[in-house]
Amino acid sequence: MAEQTQSPRGSKPIVQSVARWLAPQRNRIIVLAVLAVVAMVLPLAANNYMLEVLSNAWFYVVLCLGLNIVVGYAGLLDLGYAAFFAVGAYTTGILTSQFGVNFWLTIPVAVVCSMAAGIIIGGPTLRLRSDYLAIVTLGFGEIVRICARNLEITGGAGGLIGIERPHLFGLHLNQAIHFYYVFLALAVLACFCSYRLQHSRLGRAWQYVREDEDAAEAMGINRVGAKLYAYVIGAVFGGVAGCFFAAKMTAISPETFMFQQSVLILVGVVLGGMGKIPGVIIGAFALVLFPEVFREIGSMRMLVFAVVMLVIILYRPEGIWPAKRS
Amino acid sequence: MSSLDIFFQQLANGLILGSFYALVALGYTMVYGIIKLLNFAHGDLYMCGAFVGFLFLSLVSGLLGESWTGILCSMVLSMLTIGLLGVLIQRVAYRPMLSAPRLSILITALAVSMVLSNGVMALTDGDYEAFNTDLGFEGLEMGNVFITYTQIVLVVSAALLMLTLFFFINRTMYGKAMRAIAIDQDACRLMGINVNRVIALTFFIGSALAGAAGVMAGVYYGSIHFFMGFVIGLKAFTAAVIGGIGSIRGAMLGGLALGLLEAFGTQIPFVGSEWKDVFSFGILILLLVFKPTGLLGKTEIERM
Amino acid sequence: MSTNTSLLQVKDLVLSFSGLHVIQGLSFSVAQGSIASLIGPNGAGKTSIFNCLTGFYRPDSGKIVFNDRSIMRLKPHRITRRGMARTFQNLRLFKSMTVLENVMSGMHCRSSAGALSAILHTPGQRKEEREIREFCEQCLEFVGIQDKTDWIASNLPYGDQRRVEWARALATKPRLLLLDEPAAGLNHTEKKELIRLIRRIRDELGITILLIEHDMGLVMQISEKITVIDYGQKIAEGQAEDIQNDPRVIEAYLGREDEEEE
Repeated sequence: MAEQTQSPRGSKPIVQSVARWLAPQRNRIIVLAVLAVVAMVLPLAANNYMLEVLSNAWFYVVLCLGLNIVVGYAGLLDLGYAAFFAVGAYTTGILTSQFGVNFWLTIPVAVVCSMAAGIIIGGPTLRLRSDYLAIVTLGFGEIVRICARNLEITGGAGGLIGIERPHLFGLHLNQAIHFYYVFLALAVLACFCSYRLQHSRLGRAWQYVREDEDAAEAMGINRVGAKLYAYVIGAVFGGVAGCFFAAKMTAISPETFMFQQSVLILVGVVLGGMGKIPGVIIGAFALVLFPEVFREIGSMRMLVFAVVMLVIILYRPEGIWPAKRS
Repeated sequence: MSSLDIFFQQLANGLILGSFYALVALGYTMVYGIIKLLNFAHGDLYMCGAFVGFLFLSLVSGLLGESWTGILCSMVLSMLTIGLLGVLIQRVAYRPMLSAPRLSILITALAVSMVLSNGVMALTDGDYEAFNTDLGFEGLEMGNVFITYTQIVLVVSAALLMLTLFFFINRTMYGKAMRAIAIDQDACRLMGINVNRVIALTFFIGSALAGAAGVMAGVYYGSIHFFMGFVIGLKAFTAAVIGGIGSIRGAMLGGLALGLLEAFGTQIPFVGSEWKDVFSFGILILLLVFKPTGLLGKTEIERM
Repeated sequence: MSTNTSLLQVKDLVLSFSGLHVIQGLSFSVAQGSIASLIGPNGAGKTSIFNCLTGFYRPDSGKIVFNDRSIMRLKPHRITRRGMARTFQNLRLFKSMTVLENVMSGMHCRSSAGALSAILHTPGQRKEEREIREFCEQCLEFVGIQDKTDWIASNLPYGDQRRVEWARALATKPRLLLLDEPAAGLNHTEKKELIRLIRRIRDELGITILLIEHDMGLVMQISEKITVIDYGQKIAEGQAEDIQNDPRVIEAYLGREDEEEE
């Protein structure tokens, strides 16, 4: 039947035929099952270096899916997403290293803190026009980083060290393989939540607002409310990811949460395809695997990403993953 | 130092800082005024201007020396280069996106910014480059207030550039066309104005001003870095918003206002210079939330 | 319900844009269960009135009472929630979404599931989703495009896109439906269908209707009360025959008679 209007200018036939084959539910389940098995058994054959890289990839999947709710679903450009990631990481860091709180108990606290941060940033600014919002989020991201850098409780420029690694059912999570499974589980959870949200009343509201704010408002949708909802949920994704990041690294420093981090996450979302879960996953993996595979150009990776992103947004605005058909 | 001395010293510092901000803010505001695009890459054009100026200065230094003649020559060359770079960016990246959703064009601008800053980073290995000149440290001394001749020349040249721009916008056909396009592009097209050419010219002028500011900053600070455009880009945007984005006079005023605010802001007790950026970002956010039209901007009628 | 009580009352409404008065002290009312029209020459301020009623413009002063409560200065989505729905002069569909999804937007303000229940798929959420879908399908059936539920909105022919807009407005379960130039761009048979549809909406669903229209024939045929606007002021009010013979109306439209017939 009808095809979506945003037709690609330079569509790749291979990607399209893959997508066509994936259309029936049965084939999709097969692929998902195969991928799940691969993801589960992969660590058994991998060395520590590979495990590190792969857990990092799953970690970025969570971050990218979180930002995808804001950028992809609600259509808001957020250039300070690393701030939420920082809120989660510092909440866990401060509570475990300075107050000796159990890691698992810091997660709900981090969720509340990142929600609060989302409301503080989003509440007054989400009614602004989109380009102003981008700048405001950028400003907030920098403010959070500068605060982390200059406050005493966050350990200043040196950051926090000695964050306790958590126990899970008596197992001390202190090996690369443990964190591989932790981040895999988180990524699966993030996918699941994203999928359910996208296909819900709320997900539709985001899409209405993204397509035509005035018409959405005329249909009884509170546009500021819907955007704030997206912003807060995105913040929670980032915050929870931050908790586990702190636990895995055992040390965090303000430089992790620079503007470039926010941009990197955004690159992952745009590269794979805004608003599409499989696309975002591919984007996140590309983000992490690319500099590892091409080690020689390591220092130039941001340049390569920038060029690829420019080309993608100009010639294939829907990203690597093809547009949905209907 | 007496408090009056401090006042005048900070006034001088604020004026210098402010004239850099104003030059960069002008580019933001011109581009925004004409095609409603927030050009994220503008701060990076400033950075590129500094590097191109640095390159030209080292090329011409044998012939003209590293004093004002050489600096002026490399500044003009840098302005031309950056102006053309701005036009190229507009042609390649922005023009095809003008009818696309706002989100896409913003991301395009962000990508251009990344290409420029990471490109320069790759070329310089991310190092600081020393921007050496033969300018001395002599200056005017008035009591305890000290202002170098370099500072005076920089402020005067910034003022001259802005005056030229002001006359260009208000007195020439091109300037008139620019203002007309900002109001209604389609009507301009019907009236036989070559809209694309005027937009390109706007990018050229805006970028050239950023390039000039970059060279001046290099001369002033003595070192340049691929990331120097990021913070000034944000600050200049703040300045443009303070003045009312889209307004030429507003950008000049906003730039000076922000420069002075920052200079005097460092004198507030108990607030160290590490909080300086928080201070300006805070102003930006408060302003965008409570008075997005700025000092001289026009109120947009909210309509369907 | 008696047809004499008014559902919507507008009193001394004033709207200006930077000194320019678009609406100048306008008063009118719409009776419960009636079909009323606002007409007037181009630029008379009709769409501005709609935008004031639905909260898109902020009037300078005056009173708007809907269903016995003031809706002055409420946000558009709150007004829709109170039971006032609108269509747009230039179609404003969610272009890349399906017809059904478009209509489902109307049900948003009549449902409540949040993020948590969506993630957990609670029984309440599933029941609500089912109800939304069923009601929207009914709305589509009512306007006669139930067979195009899964089409992408922008691929529909113009006439069908209009129907989607109506179905979408009906899905908000309104008490008052504002139609902004519903006949614009329709051909003769489509106009006839439109008249039937408007009557059905009022008679079968009990929804009061207020419409802005250029097509005088249609207005005269369908309206029980007509308010004529010029330069943001009411110049006449009454039934079709009164309006047709009113000298001020003729004056306002003079010289425009030929342009009206498209």
